[in-house]
Amino acid sequence: MGSLMFSLMLFGLRLLIWMQSMRFPAFRDRLKEKNFTAQMKTKDNSVGRWFKFQDGKVSSGSGVKADADIALTFKTSEIAVRLLMPPIDQLEQINAMKDFLLSLEGPDELTSWFTQTVMMTQTVGWKYGVDMGGGVTRFANMTNGGPVFLYVKDNKLIRMTPIDFDENDPEPWTIKARGKTFKPPRKTTLAPHGMNWKSMLNSPDRLLYPMKRVDFDPNGERNPQNRGKSGYERISWDEALDMVAGEIKRIKKEHGPGAIANSHGSHHTWGNVGYYLSADFKFINAVGMTRVLHNPDSWEGWYWGAAHHWGGSLRVGQTETYGTVEDLLKEAEMVVFWASNPEGTSGAYGSLEGTVRRKWLKETDIEIVHIDPYYNDSAQFLGGKWLAPKPASSPALAMAIANVWIEEDLYDKDFVKDRTTGFDKWHDYIMGKEDGIPKTPEWAEPETDLKAKDIRALARKWGNRKVYLAAGGWGNGHGGACRNQTGIQWARSLVCLMAMQGLGKPGVNMGNLQWGTPVDTNFYFPGYAEGGMSGDLHHTAMSVELYQRMPQLPSMNTVEQAIPRLWLPEAIIEGKAEGYAWDGKSIEAQFNKISYPKPGYSPVKMLYKIGGSLISTMADSNRHVKMYQSENLEFCVSQAIWNEGEAKFADVILPACTNFERPDISEWAALGGYAFHGQTQLNSRVAIFQHQAIKPMGESKSDYVIFSEICERLGLSAYFTEGISELDWAKRVFDGSDLPQIISWKDFIRKGYVVIPPEREELRDPVSWNWYYEDRKKDVPEPMPLPSDYKDEYLKGIQTQSGKIEFEALSLKRFDANDPERPPVVKYFNPYGGPQAEKYPLRMITPHPRFSFHTQGDGKDTFVNNIKDHRVEVDGYYYWIIRINAEDAAERGIKMHDLVKVHNDQGAVVCAALVTQRLPRGATHGYESCAIYEPLGEPGNSVDRGGILNLLTPKKSQIKKGHSMGNSTALVEIELWDGKAEHNVASTTAAPEREPVPAE
Amino acid sequence: MSKWNLIIDLENCTNCNMCVLACQDEHVDNTFPGYAEEMPKHGSRWIEIMRKERGQAPMIDVAYLPVMCQHCDDAPCIAAAENDAISKRADGIVIIDPVKAKGQKQLVESCPYGAIWWNDDLQLPQHWIFDAHLLDDGWKQPRAASVCATEAIVAKKVDDAEMAKIAEAEGLEVLNPEHGTKPRVYYKNLYRYNKCFIGGSVAAEQNGTADCVKDATVKLLQGSDVIAEATTDIFGDFKFDRLDENSGGYKVEITADGHGSKSVDVELGESVTLGDIYL
Repeated sequence: MGSLMFSLMLFGLRLLIWMQSMRFPAFRDRLKEKNFTAQMKTKDNSVGRWFKFQDGKVSSGSGVKADADIALTFKTSEIAVRLLMPPIDQLEQINAMKDFLLSLEGPDELTSWFTQTVMMTQTVGWKYGVDMGGGVTRFANMTNGGPVFLYVKDNKLIRMTPIDFDENDPEPWTIKARGKTFKPPRKTTLAPHGMNWKSMLNSPDRLLYPMKRVDFDPNGERNPQNRGKSGYERISWDEALDMVAGEIKRIKKEHGPGAIANSHGSHHTWGNVGYYLSADFKFINAVGMTRVLHNPDSWEGWYWGAAHHWGGSLRVGQTETYGTVEDLLKEAEMVVFWASNPEGTSGAYGSLEGTVRRKWLKETDIEIVHIDPYYNDSAQFLGGKWLAPKPASSPALAMAIANVWIEEDLYDKDFVKDRTTGFDKWHDYIMGKEDGIPKTPEWAEPETDLKAKDIRALARKWGNRKVYLAAGGWGNGHGGACRNQTGIQWARSLVCLMAMQGLGKPGVNMGNLQWGTPVDTNFYFPGYAEGGMSGDLHHTAMSVELYQRMPQLPSMNTVEQAIPRLWLPEAIIEGKAEGYAWDGKSIEAQFNKISYPKPGYSPVKMLYKIGGSLISTMADSNRHVKMYQSENLEFCVSQAIWNEGEAKFADVILPACTNFERPDISEWAALGGYAFHGQTQLNSRVAIFQHQAIKPMGESKSDYVIFSEICERLGLSAYFTEGISELDWAKRVFDGSDLPQIISWKDFIRKGYVVIPPEREELRDPVSWNWYYEDRKKDVPEPMPLPSDYKDEYLKGIQTQSGKIEFEALSLKRFDANDPERPPVVKYFNPYGGPQAEKYPLRMITPHPRFSFHTQGDGKDTFVNNIKDHRVEVDGYYYWIIRINAEDAAERGIKMHDLVKVHNDQGAVVCAALVTQRLPRGATHGYESCAIYEPLGEPGNSVDRGGILNLLTPKKSQIKKGHSMGNSTALVEIELWDGKAEHNVASTTAAPEREPVPAE
Repeated sequence: MSKWNLIIDLENCTNCNMCVLACQDEHVDNTFPGYAEEMPKHGSRWIEIMRKERGQAPMIDVAYLPVMCQHCDDAPCIAAAENDAISKRADGIVIIDPVKAKGQKQLVESCPYGAIWWNDDLQLPQHWIFDAHLLDDGWKQPRAASVCATEAIVAKKVDDAEMAKIAEAEGLEVLNPEHGTKPRVYYKNLYRYNKCFIGGSVAAEQNGTADCVKDATVKLLQGSDVIAEATTDIFGDFKFDRLDENSGGYKVEITADGHGSKSVDVELGESVTLGDIYL
């Protein structure tokens, strides 16, 4: 019976191939790509059918051909029928692969083509996009800046717009507060860097062909010293991929495991399948590579500091955010924005969704205070009181506020007594009982340059009132002052302030209306951190939910060696590096020390770079230039969309296409993992089928296809792809999500988007921390901390040892009670001092850029370069902007848009000056992460006019027993540029040089 | 007959540049026959955002003013155009004919708002066309308005009498009315850009400790006339706004219970932050 069924199914497949080739030209074209014979059969050869592909014609017959080029073999007919009978059960297929019930033999390029062609018989008839008339089709896609409609005609992107909901889409939620009804508009918003995408897509800097450095010869002279200097020549894909696959094999055999490192950016183009945590992680694990271990880059102070006081390690030391939009609007009397500029940072992926909510805030009587050295975009929009502390001095301000609260009895004593521990130690430090120095407003005045009277006024206005603290762009701690050398102290101090004010009381919480909308958080769609198709349970959040919902082959990296990212150049050049893990599973996981090289592994000899650039995003970026020119790196390949940043240092460049040129699937702001329920940034949850709106430009290919084709050369393609295309993976993500409950696949891929209905008012999530304030079991919908981290009873208390908010962090006491950089009770120490501060008197802050997404969007001759607050054209060149206080500028003879040299011992960068009152004296401001590196002389040792301010920032980790960037404040001097290209880089690092003295 | 108008609220413009970017997205690399030729990728700012900082740190504010073709009813460019190259549509929108206007560089100078841009490659004067091509195709708003997250830019299609009522009720103004061109672009809270303020912080010392003085009474005098009065907030701050730039001498008189009084003379040029005033 099974044999007959299998025979019939094979015959049916033959018919299907014939039928689809008659119906669809795309399928006919596909059949012309290869000439070979494929065999499908049972293991005992009792049932079989061959398919011969010849110049687009397919012939087929039953039986087994001895000379077939490839064979797909099922153990028995019964198994074949079970696996092939629709509806296909994915788990059954995966289990069959794991149990060796089917096998695929033959050259990879043919086996993967054959399986994907069989899959294509199912998908080739799918219809995408909405016909707008006049030959225009409206597709959908997703950018890091939000979802978009793409209007396309004749393979050309005409325009892109945010999505206006139609009459069938659900109504958004409403909030009633203060006698008003607040309801967001029925549309999506877009961040400026999202609106910039048409020009990014069509940029003249797109990499369109594989290229090889002219003086690189894998079989002869490699000339590593010329990386970044010599030019490139076009080569074919076969040449490029053969070279990359050949080097992978050679290096593994010559040097042993660990000799290949993979370095990816922190972000990618959007899409759950193509994302680096998906396709690249599967690739890393399939090949076996040394990982470049990321630091918690936008969360430093919260992860290494705050988590020790209030837990939240799985949120990188930040807090839960549920229900805070409604609570703030209903209850709060004031919001303190502290290094918090949501208008400038768009919630990273939250578009301008929070903007309308902050417009509502403006319409209430809730008072607003901004604490930031820069009168930032949110202050500009919202108004209110601006306090401008000296950069990196905020911990002193926080302590002075605590001092006033204690002095004047302005804190919640019941909460401190019942819900916190260690207050007496904090009290003694703040009041000076410990070190003889009371941390009064007068003490803080010279540290912060704020007037003691203003600090006192703020403390009095805040103490014992319903105040929301907005820390960082997300309001719960992302970005902001946590990324400078006092960032850990800052985050820790803020937790202590909130612990004194009764965190979780109605109106007392963390937030700035960026997170915490009443969307439906119970509706499942995987975040990108859940790893897509990676099969990686170790380095992604796949085990949270996606693994069961979307069965796939597991993958595991056999190379356990890792390099702490902050020290990648040192690891390569000096051959050793040490750091600490970013691992959120517990508070204590961050105490794991990482050493490179790991015993028994090879030092890194080959670098596989994909996506965003570390030059410009990492502190003291000139180190990376020197790394690339090291002969310790035998081979560097860069897989990139644009010819910029590190791509210009590679030996071989593989041109990747954008996500407008390949299919994928995603949900807006669905981050998952450490940013669980990121969709609460949105006014409406929107999932997108990311249409392939145009064909890949030039010869560029999707990351998935590039990885697949390298894997074909390593015999790994069936393992990497599971025999299917990225389109098929997108369907699997859809099937694994809750989307089929609200839309059919057919409608979804046609329309391209679906709005997930908001939660019913009576079922909305409770307000964060309220359960803690009231000493109830945790009732917000986050699966963290992990069960064993509860101390008393499951869901009672928080992750700390005591289960309470700890002023004295017991985890730090256990780890190293005498660490002067991170004592159990937070203490103030400012390292921005000493002789360097006299030589370089300006404190430069380098926040995330507003108009580009790190390097994405900047340079490349895109639209944003025209924006006066992004770059300024002087004599035909678009210079990066440095903002400088008007009096500081006048003292230096600097006028608006003069070209100036921003410099210190590490390097020099030419910028255009923006003279402003938005900074106090002594402070200067320029965005980090421009995309252009343009040294005017010797790379690494001359003036850069691209605008890379990270050439000047301190590489020092905030604390030695951590792996934490502290580069958002640097010491610099600014002067009119003399037009010279030379700038000798000193051997010593510029700043900061003061170190705290260990406690007695 | 209903006509298009644009209302821009400075209070809600955050300088996000979405309107500027949407304009480039729509017009760079796209030609709309009868409406507009391609916009150059650089050098043309059909929508331009002007910046105004007022006061001195730490008491400042910053306003942004998007300026584009004002679609004037008495448009000087129409008069300056040869060959009827510029016309006023029945719906109020001004269109520079991309064929007839070729070579007419004088049109750039004719606009008192600087809103006509010269496309050197095409030898063509160009402007923001209110996205007339889209409105004619059934779109409800020009793209600059539909991408604005704060609704700082809103297009309204109403008859002129209705628009006059709206302008009156909402305190709308046109930019540089002295040009006398009857713009169809209206601004709300324009004082944030073209007026100025006098502000300061009142403090006092008691027992050797300085503190902000809340609830002080602050009067603004011009000559002997009290023209405004304010009460300080918890930071001791006060601010008199909507004053004319270069409007001469003022006196600020401060009195606070238990702290006495003080007065400060101000010669007003642009906005001035007096800083800390100790009683």
